[in-house]
Amino acid sequence: MSVEILGTYAVTLFLLIGSGFAAVGVLGLLKFNDSMTRLHAPTKVGTVGIGALLLASVGHSFLIGGSSMHELLIMAFLFVTAPISANFIAKVNIHSRSCETPPAPLQDSTWSTLNVPEEEREVEEKPS
Amino acid sequence: MTAATELMNIAIFVAFVTLALGQILSMVRLVLGPTSGDRILALDTMVINALGLVVLLGIYQGVQIYFEVSLLIAMLGFVSTVALARFKLRGDIIE
Repeated sequence: MSVEILGTYAVTLFLLIGSGFAAVGVLGLLKFNDSMTRLHAPTKVGTVGIGALLLASVGHSFLIGGSSMHELLIMAFLFVTAPISANFIAKVNIHSRSCETPPAPLQDSTWSTLNVPEEEREVEEKPS
Repeated sequence: MTAATELMNIAIFVAFVTLALGQILSMVRLVLGPTSGDRILALDTMVINALGLVVLLGIYQGVQIYFEVSLLIAMLGFVSTVALARFKLRGDIIE
C-alpha cells in the first residue's frame, strides 16, 4: 500500500468527519428548544467541521502534487473568531431576555455585561 | 482510478449533499427562529456552511484558487456577525 493510497484514505476520512460534524451542528441548531442550547451546537461546525474539511483540502493538494499549507491560515482565523462571535450572540440572548438571566456571581455585584456604570444609573431611574 | 479514489469521490459527494442539506435546514431556523439571536446564529451557520462548500469545490476541481475566496468569506462572515450582534445590543454599530 503506497503513500498515495494512504493519503487518499486520510482525505476520505477527513471529508467524512467534517460533513458529519456539519450535519450534527445543523441538526442541533434545528432541534434544540432553547436559545442558549441552540447556540452551542453550530460552533462545532465552525471549528471541527470546517477544520476537518480544510485538512482534507491540504491532504488533497499534497496528493495532486502542489503542496499548499494556506488552508491552515483559514483554520487559525476560524479558531480565533468562533468564540468571539458565540460570545456576542450569547450577550444578545441575555440582553433580549430570551434565556434565563445567569445567577449572581460570588464575588462581584453583577456580571460585567449587565453592569451599568454609576453615572448612567441615575439617568435610567429619572423617568420613573 | 483505484478503489481509494472511488471512495474519495463518494466522500466528496456525501459531503456536498450534507452541506447543502445543512444550508437548507439552517435557512429553516432563520425563518422560524423566535428570537433575533437565533436568526443571527442561523446566518452565521449559513456563512460557515458556504465556506465549507467553497472548500469542497476546491477539492472537487483540484485547483488552489478557492483559497482567497474562502478566506474572504470567513472574514466577512465574522465581521457581519459581530456587526449584527452589536446592532442588536447597542442600537448602533460604531458609536
